[in-house]
Amino acid sequence: MQSKKTWYFLLTILIIIFISACSEVNDSFLDPKGPVAAEQKAHLINVTLYTLIAALPVFILVPYFLWRYRYKNNQSKYTPNWEFSGILDLVMWGVPFAIIFVLSTMLWHQTKKLDPYKPIESPQPALEIQVVGMDWKWLFIYPEYGIASVGEMAFPVDRSVSMVLTSDTVMQSFLISSLAGQIYTMPGMQTKLHIKADQPGIFEGQNTQFNGVGFSEQKFNAVAMSDLQFKNWINTVESYGVTLNDTTYDTLAVQSTPEEVHETLGNKSMPNNITYFKKVPVNLYNTIIGRYHTGEAIPLDQQPGGALYKLDNLENFTNKDPDKHSKEIGQ
Amino acid sequence: MSSESQLSWLIGRLTPESFSIVKVIQNPTVNELIASGAAMVVIIGAVITISLLTYFKLWRTLWNDWLLSVDHKKIGIMYIVLALVMLARGVLEGAIMMTQHTYGLDGGFLQPDHFAELFSTHGTIMIFFVAMPFIIGVINYILPLQIGARDVSFPVLNQISLGLTTTGAALIMISLVVGDFSTGGWHNTPPYTGLAFNPGEGPDYWIWSVGLAGFGSTLTGINFAVTIYKERAPGMHLFRMPLFTWTVLCTAIIMIFAMPPLTVATFTLALDRYLDFHFFTNDLGGNMMNYVNLFWLFGHPEVYLLILPAYGIFSEVVSTFSSKRLYGYASLVYATMVIAVLSFTVWLHHFFTMGQGANVNIAFGIASMCIAVPTGVKIYDWMATMYRGRIRFTVPMIYMTGFFMMFTVGGVTGVMLANPTISFQAHNTLFLVAHFHNVIIPGVLFALLAGVSYWFPKAFGFRLNEYWGKSAALLWIVGFALAFLPLYVVGLMGMPRRSVTYTDPAFEPVLMVSLFGVIFILSALACTLIQIWVSVRDRAKTRVTVGDPWDGRSLEWSISSPPPEYNFAIIPTVTDRDEFMAAKQRGDAYKKPDQYEDIHMPTDTPIGIIICLAATILGFSLVWYIWWLAAVSFLAIPLAFIIKSFNLNTEKVITAAEIEKEHTAWLDQVNQVEPITREQETTSINHGLAVVEITS
Repeated sequence: MQSKKTWYFLLTILIIIFISACSEVNDSFLDPKGPVAAEQKAHLINVTLYTLIAALPVFILVPYFLWRYRYKNNQSKYTPNWEFSGILDLVMWGVPFAIIFVLSTMLWHQTKKLDPYKPIESPQPALEIQVVGMDWKWLFIYPEYGIASVGEMAFPVDRSVSMVLTSDTVMQSFLISSLAGQIYTMPGMQTKLHIKADQPGIFEGQNTQFNGVGFSEQKFNAVAMSDLQFKNWINTVESYGVTLNDTTYDTLAVQSTPEEVHETLGNKSMPNNITYFKKVPVNLYNTIIGRYHTGEAIPLDQQPGGALYKLDNLENFTNKDPDKHSKEIGQ
Repeated sequence: MSSESQLSWLIGRLTPESFSIVKVIQNPTVNELIASGAAMVVIIGAVITISLLTYFKLWRTLWNDWLLSVDHKKIGIMYIVLALVMLARGVLEGAIMMTQHTYGLDGGFLQPDHFAELFSTHGTIMIFFVAMPFIIGVINYILPLQIGARDVSFPVLNQISLGLTTTGAALIMISLVVGDFSTGGWHNTPPYTGLAFNPGEGPDYWIWSVGLAGFGSTLTGINFAVTIYKERAPGMHLFRMPLFTWTVLCTAIIMIFAMPPLTVATFTLALDRYLDFHFFTNDLGGNMMNYVNLFWLFGHPEVYLLILPAYGIFSEVVSTFSSKRLYGYASLVYATMVIAVLSFTVWLHHFFTMGQGANVNIAFGIASMCIAVPTGVKIYDWMATMYRGRIRFTVPMIYMTGFFMMFTVGGVTGVMLANPTISFQAHNTLFLVAHFHNVIIPGVLFALLAGVSYWFPKAFGFRLNEYWGKSAALLWIVGFALAFLPLYVVGLMGMPRRSVTYTDPAFEPVLMVSLFGVIFILSALACTLIQIWVSVRDRAKTRVTVGDPWDGRSLEWSISSPPPEYNFAIIPTVTDRDEFMAAKQRGDAYKKPDQYEDIHMPTDTPIGIIICLAATILGFSLVWYIWWLAAVSFLAIPLAFIIKSFNLNTEKVITAAEIEKEHTAWLDQVNQVEPITREQETTSINHGLAVVEITS
């Protein structure tokens, strides 16, 4: 008996911890900071409620039937050969069908409305950002300003951002949950995503598609700021950034986390784990996509993010020792 | 270096470092210790098994009575044993990952590459080497008995399928000891698993393991479908088949159409990796999206392939233990067929986020939600079967209750995920992981465990222990709820699946609850082991040799437990959907036939085990680039078939006299034992003869 009580006690504590944890939602569409995420949250709640209409009878009636029609209860009615009722069958098929019909209509409208390819209306023209997925960081290129950054994506609040995305390695998936849903990035191909933040703040962005040992660290800060702050940010990047040329890009293309990129390419003026780039070649983004459309094979040691990439140049290169790893890149 | 290259024609790319035991000596960390510990478990397990077999002098029995056998019942049991061994490994891997999650905020104790290997093997094992062989094993055992057949249509093919499935499982086991498995997840998606990003042996282990086993499953599907079409007892037209048989028919059709895309996907990936093809590479026009499409063209029907027989098991269980005819038989059949067809029209919902545009997503989203309708109908039909029944709360019914409660939650989240709008957020997060565990564990696993409790007495002639069975069932249900429902929460909070670590401290307490659930699940597994041991120990008290311990309704209960090799002394003539129940009500369930006839049965053959060994060696040598061995083992397979074709002695005859002797002995037993009521079914006076309590 004593042990039973202990179990109950433990269970209760766990449930309390659980509920309190659930209230601390950060960086999720459950605490939306933009119009798309807010609609996604509302849609989630609607769908749940409608579906529960079909699910609740199960939760209520199964325990009731188990009790009411238990073997030892001789009072309840017993109809061993009853096996069909037209009306009941109509309800069984009809109610779920009606619910799915309503949900399908909602699905149709919401999918159209929240299509990531559809621009979001805002008074100013959208800010354009080109996103390149690399192992294990995102490179954000601002074509209007000729700058780029790793580990941080800054943009003005209340202005829509129009993103084009590709990958210079394996397939990845780009997600800033507080603002909008995710979209895959694939080498040699381009996908699109539109986001907008309603309020200033720092929101976590990440890759959700496993791409190797640095996967868990492929995160960045999406920073929504005022127009003035954004101008200052651009100035900061322009003044402190390192030049993004072939050499720096090749270094960037080695498997490394944002932290390691900062250690090898960054300097003290840049925030921790963040690296700024200036003088970004105008056609860099297109060059990255075009790399895969030359009609020629890419040698294994020239595939950015590849296991054998630049292995010759970086002798004793090993993933197992991250300290050594970043030192080697620095050479 | 030079000595290695001189040896490379002999041992391919094998090096001393390929062996995990060598790695742990060179670099003794917790991470390596766990990896080599697992390898040691495999080796020690093999050594113990071999020693036990030798000590009890069981080699001859194993070889003659099991490995050479083409009896569908023995093959079924071997499939289930394989599944249970792999289940133990899969659950332990899951437990290690959950533990890592709990400590993941501080980095945990596992290296990312080891964690990646764990989630890849866990998924591959659980789908291909637990769920599939478990389902196929139960079908193998029950299907011919339910339709009044003596065996499946192609008994030798059946043995070969088992051989190929075992090959896949063996390769995964070998990967623990020699080299590393893939880190590309259970779907091994390129280009990550291409040569540029993963030149090692891992993805190759996956390719040959899944490729060979998948080919075996295609053959199984053909075998089951033909068996149902051709081997039914006279009078059993399609709408008199038990519902389990119906679900198997749909599953077999799904297998025939869904397994080939997997075979194509694995072998084209192999061409990419071995022969420099460019199906899925980044460059030269390779298109990784084709792989994703091919894989999920298999992958989605696959989950219905698993769940449909589970629905079949629950249909049998609910009707038997409610002592009632199944409600809405026709509805259930149509619902099953609708699900089987729709299962091929929804694969795209696994990648709503690939950028194909809103209209395509809408079409597949609505198709996905539509599956909820027939699934809901099935649940309501089972509830209506319980309505006005007389329900015995036995072990299978406990699992069924767990299924009702938990699977419905999984259904609700499934409808959510069918919405592209929600999938854009929840895709690739632990919400998704929670969802598919929520449908596969309460759906497939609970059904199989219920099915084992239900049909075990049929296969072995004694009942399983009720107390330990009930404990295991309750622990499974509570453990599942605690371990997986929290994952919905962290998923919505934004934790991506396959994360070895995380930075948000809010995840930690939620994941601790999960770990607590894992303890329950491990206890459930322990209870199951104790249950088997206790049941075997006390088997004298639970014998049900007459064969009908639960007042069953379909033909498998009409014969002795365990059934004779030829299943039915005379093939029954079917007049009713619940034929055995009808026979009991008519009073001619245990009638002595006027005359017996000779029965022709297939003879034993070693072809299955030969193919299994050759294919395992083939897979291993391809993984390690040992080309000469690959050529030898590959040629061994057609050679074995050619040699076998010279053996014309493929049938043996069991004479009418032998059959009459066995059958009469059993009928005598029927006359001697006391029939029991349902109240007494879990007591030792249950010998497998039921009082006729229901009148038509």
